[in-house]
Amino acid sequence: MPVITYREAVRHALAEELERDPNVVVMGEEVAQFNGAYKVTEGLLARFGPQRVVDTPISEAGFIGVGIGASMLGIRPVMELMFWSFYSVAFDQILNNAANVRYMSGGQIHCPIVIRGPANGGTNVGATHSHTPENVLANHPGVKVVVPSTPADAKGLLKSAIRDNDPVFFLENTMLYGEKGEVPAGEHVIPLGLADVKRPGTDLTIVTYGRSVLHSLAAAEVLEREHKVSAEVLDLRTIRPLDVDAVLRSVAKTHRVLIVEEQKPFASVGSQLAYMIQREAFDELDGPIHRLATIDAPAIYSPPVEVEQLPNPRRVLQAALEALG
Amino acid sequence: MSKKSTVKEASSTAATNHAQAPVNARLSAEERIELFRKMVRIRRFEERSLRAYQAKKIGGFLHLYIGQEAVAVGCCSLMGPHDHVITAYRDHGHAIAVGMDTKPLMAELYGKATGCSKGKGGSMHYFDPSRNFWGGHGIVGGQIPLGAGLAYALKYKGLKGAAMAFMGDGAVNQGAVHEAYNLASLWNLPVVFVIENNGYSMGTSQARSSAGELAQRAAGYDMQWGQCSGHDVYEVRAMMDKFLTLARENNRPSTVEINTYRYRGHSVADPDNTYRSKQEIEEYRRTRDPIQLFQDKLLAERVLTAATAEQIDTEARAEADVAADFSEASPFPTPADIQTDVYWEADNPADRRSQGRLFFT
Repeated sequence: MPVITYREAVRHALAEELERDPNVVVMGEEVAQFNGAYKVTEGLLARFGPQRVVDTPISEAGFIGVGIGASMLGIRPVMELMFWSFYSVAFDQILNNAANVRYMSGGQIHCPIVIRGPANGGTNVGATHSHTPENVLANHPGVKVVVPSTPADAKGLLKSAIRDNDPVFFLENTMLYGEKGEVPAGEHVIPLGLADVKRPGTDLTIVTYGRSVLHSLAAAEVLEREHKVSAEVLDLRTIRPLDVDAVLRSVAKTHRVLIVEEQKPFASVGSQLAYMIQREAFDELDGPIHRLATIDAPAIYSPPVEVEQLPNPRRVLQAALEALG
Repeated sequence: MSKKSTVKEASSTAATNHAQAPVNARLSAEERIELFRKMVRIRRFEERSLRAYQAKKIGGFLHLYIGQEAVAVGCCSLMGPHDHVITAYRDHGHAIAVGMDTKPLMAELYGKATGCSKGKGGSMHYFDPSRNFWGGHGIVGGQIPLGAGLAYALKYKGLKGAAMAFMGDGAVNQGAVHEAYNLASLWNLPVVFVIENNGYSMGTSQARSSAGELAQRAAGYDMQWGQCSGHDVYEVRAMMDKFLTLARENNRPSTVEINTYRYRGHSVADPDNTYRSKQEIEEYRRTRDPIQLFQDKLLAERVLTAATAEQIDTEARAEADVAADFSEASPFPTPADIQTDVYWEADNPADRRSQGRLFFT
């Protein structure tokens, strides 16, 4: 199986879907002539032309609104946010218009858009460029939210997202773009809402998603080697729809839970998960549900300190040991 | 782009006879009467809805279009098969103008399952994609990028049509409107941005809210623009025909400011006693009422008789009563309906591809 980067995997998904469906249009800032701010869309303009791969001005509310309007007439825009942090200037378009138009029309309209781009800290760009809004997005019924951690997942989930008839928000990670992994060539589709056991284990369930999966896998190695603890790492992959059953299955096996997320703790994805686990698997738990999140402050710039603000293998290990009591 | 393209379209002086504009001159007697009938139907529908509101049959907001009828009717009467409409929350007139049945429109106000949005949208959120009508949007200016997007889709598919994106005068100060202007001009999208200028953004007059001329801002985006009176349905049609043609034939956007007036407050929640005088409203109603003006024209043209006008009015009142009776008799949606029409996939389970939980408790 070919080994490619996360960046290439996203690009392959875009190219294959552009090839497959003439209504798919890639648009965003610097996606065409510049070849992508993070080179995700490199080469797509040359291959598909300016009708299919469209540079936009720096005008998120405008071009995302245009994409939503076009989707109501059957176009399937895949719109890049250079950073998901910029969703705030298009909030009304994304979460009033795209999220609500089906409902407010009594089901007469659907809105098959994808908005994709990186949503992560860790790159020393300060608070305005480091938002992880998956909890904010998933708080809006009508939308779907995907946060892939590996190249193979990125490709398979993006292809599903583009084929989906509901608005899908796809959160990538600049720190993962260079990560390599095996990815099937050609048709490779992973359904949204299906979690994946990235490492099986018996003593502790680490529920996580996105880049925190990598940190959790690194910590699980150390747990195995130095503490004789078998940790299961469950990658949610999709936040909404949510594979609750996979979480409950793992909890029934390990009886202990640590949730790891690159999220501010207040009303995070982990908050929802913790509620659901205690509500639906209370008798399976041998101890309180533990959680490791980003330290609760705006993203700090200072490079060595930002590492400590986010989940990292050392912090995951420490949290896991606390969860094991 | 030459400067010529941003030149303002000279419009209406009283001396101009808009009835002679080709788009109006070719109207049959029946078509003229239909324009009149639509305006009357909108007014009687809204008057009936106001009574229902006062009787506490309707919740939330009710933004009435009374006084502005010639705008929606004039614009929407020009629609071809690939022309589309989107507007803001003062949307009853546009819905009737594109041909929606008044029974589900009234039922929507009553919050009934037989409403055009199944009681899920309310007054501000009427939609009918089968008639190229895309709402009905609640946030000031938020629908304007969507309107540009409809135009984008038309052009992408190679269809000869135009999108009309309606907004009030208050919307011109919203950022989303300006972003849409820029994209539409930059990308040569077939859209006409229609500013229905009724003089007041809620309770703030144009002089207190907007610097400079409203439509003229289009010139900064290299768009043609025009202004006309919205009291004369012939004038509205004459002006809009030029810009719709520009959009359909040349893929060029434009902005048209149509001066109009609302007789009622911003919404029913507006006591309408802080920002304008009763005399102003009365003066308007007396001298520039779009229905009265058009009735006088059609009488002079001998297209309409007083008896026919009376009959049309009687029928419109009866239609509004029928719509209210239909709404009254219709069932409310049930709590089980709250979670339908949220996700396409949940509504089409046989075609669902995703897994996992979509709804939470």
